Amino acid sequence: MSTTTARPAQSQTPLVQVAVPPHSIFSELRAMRIVWRRDLIRFVNDRIRMLATLVQPLLFLFVLGSGLQQLSSASTHGVNLKTFIYPGVLCIAVMFTAMFSAASIVWDREFGFLREMLVAPVRRSSIVIGKCFGGATVACTQGVIMLLLAPLVGVPYSLALIVGVFSLQLILAFTITAFGVMIAARIKQMQAFFGVMQMLVVPMFFISGALFPVANLPGWLTFLNRIDPLTYAVDPMKKLVFSTINISPEARRVLDPGVTWFGWHVPALVSVAVVLGLGLVMLGIAIWEFSTTE
Amino acid sequence: MTGGNGNRAPVAIEVRGLVKNYDEVEAVRGVEFEVATGEVFGFLGPNGAGKTTTINMLCTLVTPTAGSARVAGHDVVKERTDVRRNIGLVFQDPTLDNYLTAVQNLRLHAELYGLQRDVVAPRMRQVLEMVGLWERKDSPVGTFSGGMRRRLEIARGMMHSPRVLFLDEPTIGLDPQTRRSIWSYIAELKEREDITIFMTTHYMDEAEWCDRIAIMDNGEIVALDAPETLKAQVGTDRITIHTEDNDAAIAALKDRFDVDARISEGAVSFGVPGGEEFVPRLFAELGVPIKAVNVSRPTLDDVFMSYTGTTIRDAEEDAGKNRNRMMMQMMHGGRR
Repeated sequence: MSTTTARPAQSQTPLVQVAVPPHSIFSELRAMRIVWRRDLIRFVNDRIRMLATLVQPLLFLFVLGSGLQQLSSASTHGVNLKTFIYPGVLCIAVMFTAMFSAASIVWDREFGFLREMLVAPVRRSSIVIGKCFGGATVACTQGVIMLLLAPLVGVPYSLALIVGVFSLQLILAFTITAFGVMIAARIKQMQAFFGVMQMLVVPMFFISGALFPVANLPGWLTFLNRIDPLTYAVDPMKKLVFSTINISPEARRVLDPGVTWFGWHVPALVSVAVVLGLGLVMLGIAIWEFSTTE
Repeated sequence: MTGGNGNRAPVAIEVRGLVKNYDEVEAVRGVEFEVATGEVFGFLGPNGAGKTTTINMLCTLVTPTAGSARVAGHDVVKERTDVRRNIGLVFQDPTLDNYLTAVQNLRLHAELYGLQRDVVAPRMRQVLEMVGLWERKDSPVGTFSGGMRRRLEIARGMMHSPRVLFLDEPTIGLDPQTRRSIWSYIAELKEREDITIFMTTHYMDEAEWCDRIAIMDNGEIVALDAPETLKAQVGTDRITIHTEDNDAAIAALKDRFDVDARISEGAVSFGVPGGEEFVPRLFAELGVPIKAVNVSRPTLDDVFMSYTGTTIRDAEEDAGKNRNRMMMQMMHGGRR
């Protein structure tokens, strides 16, 4: 071997032989896991983002909750407004973080890293699934912080509450990330992505009934509410939180009337299935979008 | 040379009638070539000639409109994953995660490529030492200079011991000193690893590093051979003169010496056999005052000029005019 460049120290070390193994289910799982882990590593390194995404739910809960309390005490049957909007806040806590996680795909595209993932010898589906789980996991850490605040708004800890809320948050975060990734496949610029997400997610949040009971609404709003996917995450969350607190049946009827389809009360499990089903469909679309090359 | 792998194909890349159209634009118009295993093969041409599109088709990122290509023995359309397992890529634009450290970037790559866990650490050390970044292995990539990032990309491209390494403009945007060091890494790589290198460049001097080069212009290969052979084919020396009146000089050259000259970069340029003997006649007979004269042996620039009728820099300026409008649209609202 002739050494044209003077780098004697390395020429002595033997060459480490590496081979890329044939494609298998294990290589797909490893790819999925590393995409998921990258989201976590980046999230842990980014303390500012961690704090920033907590601001919004805290504002809703404590500022809006305390502020509007004066106006609403008559109609909430003695239930604190903070307690009432707590289930909705548990939902937005994961929603906005999940949205940010999906946004990182657009970011990765702008800064080129997406290409490194897309040329790897693995299926695009592994990359997209890893990404959705990464977004869901990151969002849930935010959700857990909000969950820990439960006693401050008059909701006592219980095993059912913690397990139930966490599972619901996980499903919601997964669906929102899948939604974001689906959008990110088509949109190449960060500003445009946030524009579209704000345009869709903020109205979805307001219409979902996170901040008001969903019975006796004007017709147009009832219609929008029933077609808003987020409604089906907020409703079971409300049922779950209200089932762990002690309030009068009358208050429960007013504050948690439940979602109805043409007069039929939609059970919580059906609502959850709607959210999960939508998430899986959007995941499928996202995979399809990323799998088609130029 | 290291490694005597017996069962590998003698042809690393085989391209037949490759075409790529974008809407109305014919980016690549039926290119054909073969690259032998172990070769350093260069694609030379101005920006917009179709080099990157060709590379993107070879590394399975873009589907060809027509034609076929095999890389490391696998079809780039039908056996995408197999092609990807066998190639390493260093793109023109950075593709590192700036928030991760050098080691985290390499480890991510190793996981994506499913490398055996026990070789990951020693291989990582090897490639990082090769590009002189071992001491900075735990620094976030965001703190690296442009040259360091490019070196890390080369190290990452080598991480999984690819059989073909694609380098798309590996030295673009780097200062001359860093460019030289990148080239010495690539030369060392070729010495140490049993690898075929396919690269694109629009720097003429860098094409000299290649065993063979293909000159690409307007989506087509106009010449393909070893740099020395291409230069020998030009057969003439290049004379460049600065005069008071370039148009008169061109007319006089045609009239008195039957030489076709053209204006390039503000000077009159033409090729003649035996340039040094020609200069005294030029001064005696041209009849247009000459301010300065330069005689040079054929370079790749001359090769490019003899095949395309323009210098690579002029070709880029022309292409640039058309591209500017597109670029403005692309840049609008986005940062590159």
